[in-house]
Amino acid sequence: MAITPPSERIWWKEPIAKIELIWIVVAFTWGLIMFFMMIYWHGAGEQNLSNEAYKTTALKFSQKAEAMIDEYTVREENGFPVVHPPPGSEVYLIARLWQWSPILELEKDQSYRLHLSSMDWQHGFSLQPVNINVQVHPGYDMVVTIKPDQAGEYGVVCNEYCGIGHHNMVGKIYVVD
Amino acid sequence: MSENNDGESRTDPADQEPIPMMQRLLDNPFLLLLLGILVPAVFYIIWGIIEITQIPIAE
Amino acid sequence: MANTTEFRTCPTTGLKVDLAAENLIKANAVAAIVFLAVGGLFGLLVALTRWPAVHFLPADWFYLALTAHGLDVLLVWIIFFEMAVLYFASAVLLGSRLAGPKWAWAGFGLMLVGAIITNIAVLRGQSSVMFTSYVPMMAEPPFYLGIILFAVGALIGCFVFFGTLVVAKQERTYQGSIPLVTFGALTAAIIAVFTIASGAIILIPTLLWSLGFVSYIDPLVYKTIWWGMGHSSQQINVSAHVAVWYAIAAMVFGAKPLSEKVSRMAFLMYILFLQLASAHHLLVEPGFSSEWKIFNTSYAMYLAVLGSMVHGMTVPGSIEAAQRARGLTKGMFEWLRKAPWSNPAFAGMFMSLVFFGFIGGISGVVMGTEQINLIMHNTLYVPGHFHGTVVAGTTLAFMAITYLLVPLIFRRELMFRKLAQWQPYVFGIGVAGISLFMMGAGTLGVSRRHWDMTFADAQLPFDYPAAAFLMMGLNGVFAVLATLGGIMFVVVVVGSVFFGRKLGRDEKPSYPEVPPQAAAVSHYGSSESLKIPGTVMLVGIFFVAFVLYYFVNWKYLSEIWPLS
Repeated sequence: MAITPPSERIWWKEPIAKIELIWIVVAFTWGLIMFFMMIYWHGAGEQNLSNEAYKTTALKFSQKAEAMIDEYTVREENGFPVVHPPPGSEVYLIARLWQWSPILELEKDQSYRLHLSSMDWQHGFSLQPVNINVQVHPGYDMVVTIKPDQAGEYGVVCNEYCGIGHHNMVGKIYVVD
Repeated sequence: MSENNDGESRTDPADQEPIPMMQRLLDNPFLLLLLGILVPAVFYIIWGIIEITQIPIAE
Repeated sequence: MANTTEFRTCPTTGLKVDLAAENLIKANAVAAIVFLAVGGLFGLLVALTRWPAVHFLPADWFYLALTAHGLDVLLVWIIFFEMAVLYFASAVLLGSRLAGPKWAWAGFGLMLVGAIITNIAVLRGQSSVMFTSYVPMMAEPPFYLGIILFAVGALIGCFVFFGTLVVAKQERTYQGSIPLVTFGALTAAIIAVFTIASGAIILIPTLLWSLGFVSYIDPLVYKTIWWGMGHSSQQINVSAHVAVWYAIAAMVFGAKPLSEKVSRMAFLMYILFLQLASAHHLLVEPGFSSEWKIFNTSYAMYLAVLGSMVHGMTVPGSIEAAQRARGLTKGMFEWLRKAPWSNPAFAGMFMSLVFFGFIGGISGVVMGTEQINLIMHNTLYVPGHFHGTVVAGTTLAFMAITYLLVPLIFRRELMFRKLAQWQPYVFGIGVAGISLFMMGAGTLGVSRRHWDMTFADAQLPFDYPAAAFLMMGLNGVFAVLATLGGIMFVVVVVGSVFFGRKLGRDEKPSYPEVPPQAAAVSHYGSSESLKIPGTVMLVGIFFVAFVLYYFVNWKYLSEIWPLS
């Protein structure tokens, strides 16, 4: 029994039942498939993180973001600047207690290098309803190249707990044709 | 364990057979403890921390 | 020491039981169940708050309750219970004296004091930082201090376990290799040592930081090492509850492992690779290479998943083989139909096995896929997954074996048998519902750890789909059901332990039925003739579900915005 020592002194040499052996081979093969699937997707899939990141500071990051906001703001909404940066450009989104700033207006089927960083605690970039979720750290600038493929209005929910105002931290991204 | 049994039952030829290496490994809790700490410490923690330290500084 | 140790012989199993170990098992199990009750209550408050129509707690209390819930059940309940499992699997199963019972009591004391300190710190309201306490969000110093004391206490418990293995071997209390269940407990203890070491490495500097002696803790480094503790602690559970599955299969059915070699190698895969999955939490963080992510998140090419899939066959397979050896050979499933479904130890164990595999296991591997994590990270899918592993898997298994511990270790007749008989079903179905509906809400994007999914007070509006609200309502309903199951468990166990009829010295408990050890099935026939068609069918269904669900999620992923 499993609660008593093995009955055989040398149990290592006991033959394995065929059905167990088959299952081990199946499970091992499935593991390999799942392993190589991740590598395959890096080549063939369109949804991968570049893992490009930089050490930064709140000051450095917010200066870059402010420069972008100053240059490309097109209007205001609920006190937030709405920024329409040129396609292909560096786009900055600031996470802070408890706001995402600015509101971004992007063009459909164009690529942008989105930079994410936090001014204070950790936050979670959760783009809805697309459901893309990325962690945002203070002191690190994470770069994700995004290519919105559908026009519309998207919410940016914070999905990393960041204190008492966490559930009010909502940002917005517009994608226009 | 082999060393325990060898002395007691020399008459039984089956007990003369040495314990296979893998069974010895699985019977050695401290070697397993060492491996169980070493593998995640090297591949997860140390490799991970090295990656963090190599993140370049933004301009 | 040796000559002062007192033993009794268990009239049911014939095991020699060190009374010092027995008392420690009792103390740890009781402490565990107290914290399960406290943490479970906080869990109910959380679920009621996330039920949109009820929205029970105000925001500050919600985050406080969620912090307490995570700590008390994810850490305190299970690690106390695991200490009981370790002492049982070493001293009792090996018929040995426990090495250093005084140390074990010191460890128990530290764990208890630490758990109480952290709970008080959380209840004071200034440490609602969640179980994960990610820096730079800061809790009050006692919050970290309590966890550190708890961890040190648990580490002492692990060393007592290792010490007992040495003592038992030296004093030759057993022949040959340790039993498989003890090997599973050893796996848990090894992972526990890594877990606790990681916790100490990161929480001690964090404590100093909250006291003002250290000025900066890097959030990425914190998170990496913290998850060495946070995730590995859940891998202790996996190892421990798999050991418990084997133990219950042996105690209820006299089942012998199909193959010692295969089952032990599966545990070895856990020892070597299970802890790498701490990287599941770092798949969408800045700065890690995909090489690091893929190697670690896949537990080195899914070798630990291989281990779990092997246990998933060998545990029900050994039960089937034992049942067939007793003549239940009709059709594919007579062995399962005629299993003792009214015995809560078996019912809980078998549901734990099925739910852990189908709900917790599959979702964990899918979510831990490097790219698929993008559509799940920090959504409610995550707690959905781990309620499938830790609650439907571990907690249910621990509850199941408690029904055997009460008569065998506490030596009390089990009370409220009808309640006990239904308890695993009520709790199991409740928890399965919680898991599935949270996973559903997560698939629709709903954030975890979030007080208000309507965003009523946000500066910018946003609405989750209506279906997500339905999911959260159903989650609340099933949480109430699970709470009911939890209350039934506490009533049966606490009632029996304190008020159940004391069993006489040589009296065998009448319930739940535990056949004498002599009834053990010693032989299933040769390796060529082993017949377990029912298990093969179950495993086949599992495999098909796994493959389909895995690729469906790649399909979902392929539909989101291109990212690079």
